[in-house]
Amino acid sequence: MDFFLQILVTGIVVGSIYGLVALGFVLIYRSSDVLNLANGEFVLIGGYVCLTIMTASNLPFIVALLITLVISVLLGFSVERLVIRPLKNAPVISIIMATIGLASLLGGLVHMVWGHRTRTFPQVFPSEPIHFGGLIITPVYLWSFITVLVLLVTFTLFFKFSKMGIAMRAVADDAKAAMSMGISVKNVLAVTWAIAAVVAAIGGTLLGMINGVGPIMATIGLTVLPVVILGGLDSIGGAIIGGFLIGIIQNLAGGYLDPMVGGGLKEVVPFIIVLLILLLKPYGLFGKGGAERV
Amino acid sequence: MLKVNNVEAVYSKMILALRGMSLEVPKGKIIALLGSNGAGKSTTLQSISGLLSSDGGQITDGTVEFEGETLNGKSPDAIVKSGIFHCMEGRHVFPHLTVEENLTAGAYTRKDRRNIQKDIDKIYGYFPKLRDLKKRPAGLLSGGEQQMLAIGRGLMAKPKLLLLDEPSLGIAPLLVEEIFENIKQINEEEGTSILVVEQNANVALKIADYGYIMENGRVVMQGEVDRLLEDDEVQNHYLGIGTEEDQKEVVYKSKQERMVW
Ligand SMILES: Nc1ncnc2c1ncn2[C@@H]1O[C@H](COP(=O)(O)OP(=O)(O)O)[C@@H](O)[C@H]1O
Ligand SMILES: [Mg+2]
Repeated sequence: MDFFLQILVTGIVVGSIYGLVALGFVLIYRSSDVLNLANGEFVLIGGYVCLTIMTASNLPFIVALLITLVISVLLGFSVERLVIRPLKNAPVISIIMATIGLASLLGGLVHMVWGHRTRTFPQVFPSEPIHFGGLIITPVYLWSFITVLVLLVTFTLFFKFSKMGIAMRAVADDAKAAMSMGISVKNVLAVTWAIAAVVAAIGGTLLGMINGVGPIMATIGLTVLPVVILGGLDSIGGAIIGGFLIGIIQNLAGGYLDPMVGGGLKEVVPFIIVLLILLLKPYGLFGKGGAERV
Repeated sequence: MLKVNNVEAVYSKMILALRGMSLEVPKGKIIALLGSNGAGKSTTLQSISGLLSSDGGQITDGTVEFEGETLNGKSPDAIVKSGIFHCMEGRHVFPHLTVEENLTAGAYTRKDRRNIQKDIDKIYGYFPKLRDLKKRPAGLLSGGEQQMLAIGRGLMAKPKLLLLDEPSLGIAPLLVEEIFENIKQINEEEGTSILVVEQNANVALKIADYGYIMENGRVVMQGEVDRLLEDDEVQNHYLGIGTEEDQKEVVYKSKQERMVW
């Protein structure tokens, strides 16, 4: 039982980070139908940048994180300006191809700068585990989870009440109508890419503190795909719930099944689930698939 | 206030939709722009609001002037900020946003954020039905309710000139009357100038001061509403015969032709 709970907790924490990163992915998809296949590289860069700032300087974690986020905003703006905007009249598939190119480019850049060794994060949170009854939680897990929850609540409020948040949802619903409101779709897309880069960087930093930062982290870009397909590509809430589910299932598979088959299932299980979901519900668990009255 | 001078507009660089279109909207007036399907009415409005480019179209000749300024080449958001709001054909409410969020979105370009709630209440004054539906996603509203929302959303931008594209399209006749009364009331109380495009000439001419009739991308007739109503040709072609059903059929047919092409 303890073993189960332990795995559950790990799954929830990792899943919440998946959900956060998936949020950026979904935002881009909703506003422009584009799948950002460079999302994993955003995660990777975020993790490396934060780690480098912390090791190179003696800045406190929170300052290093804030600098990382500023850099991520710039990364998001640049990608939108240099890659996405010039292609705005191109077919969506071309833009998706461009994000694949971008992924190789950023991946190569990361390799040049940081090599391929996995690096460990400087100690930020105490390593002394916290006991909740029989449950043992390392502080980094606890803080990651709290960070993600705070961010998710912040984003929910942002989308519900802020001028830019409503504009972003308006563009997602009907871009031309949004233009007729005087909403600058260009600006909305720029903000969308910046947010995607920011949540990816936070995800990269949190995962980096848990597992270390290494090129393998870019595969979260691939893991996020099942998450958003599970949740429905166009559903923000779905992405978050999908993140939790995939995280939990992945860790259960890793804990119970991997020892039996000799490992490797943990990585595959999300994709098996996605196949099943797509067979049963082509628009994902929470996707809309154009059901409303017109 | 608004002057469209000899505008020529094309889609995809080759489909000529306007061939020397001209019209004027004086301050505080309601102007009706009539004509059958495909005449170029919507293209005229898109040329004014700058939305033409988002359909792959552009103005190739002529000018659009608003309060002495040339609008050619300006972006849609700049044009909204200068005081023109375009309610597009087919309503285009944001389906997943609630009624109230749709209204808020209409106020996007406004700087006086704190007056927005007050103005939302004013819109509910014009369209009381919307108040009861304010928490509902706009995609679930009926056609008539969506049209009210689309107009209300436009008013939230506090425009000096409102462009309405076929507000009667696909709406029950009883509601059409109500909506046009609302339009008249808005014009009188807010002083908003209105350019209303319609295939339903009867109802549009009832509230308008002056009318234009267009065919094939240009104006073929214009005049004070009383004069237009007396004209034989107008009566035969644009009034009387146009029952709701006929019009729907025309729309349907021309859509099909376009697709076959
Ligand atoms: N997006 C478009 N691309 C190409 N041609 C178009 C487009 N929109 C309209 N047209 C053409 O332009 C002409 C005028 O259309 P429109 O302005 O929509 O007419 P109306 O609003 O009077 O029914 C029509 O011949 C139509 O086929
Ligand atoms: Mg039209």
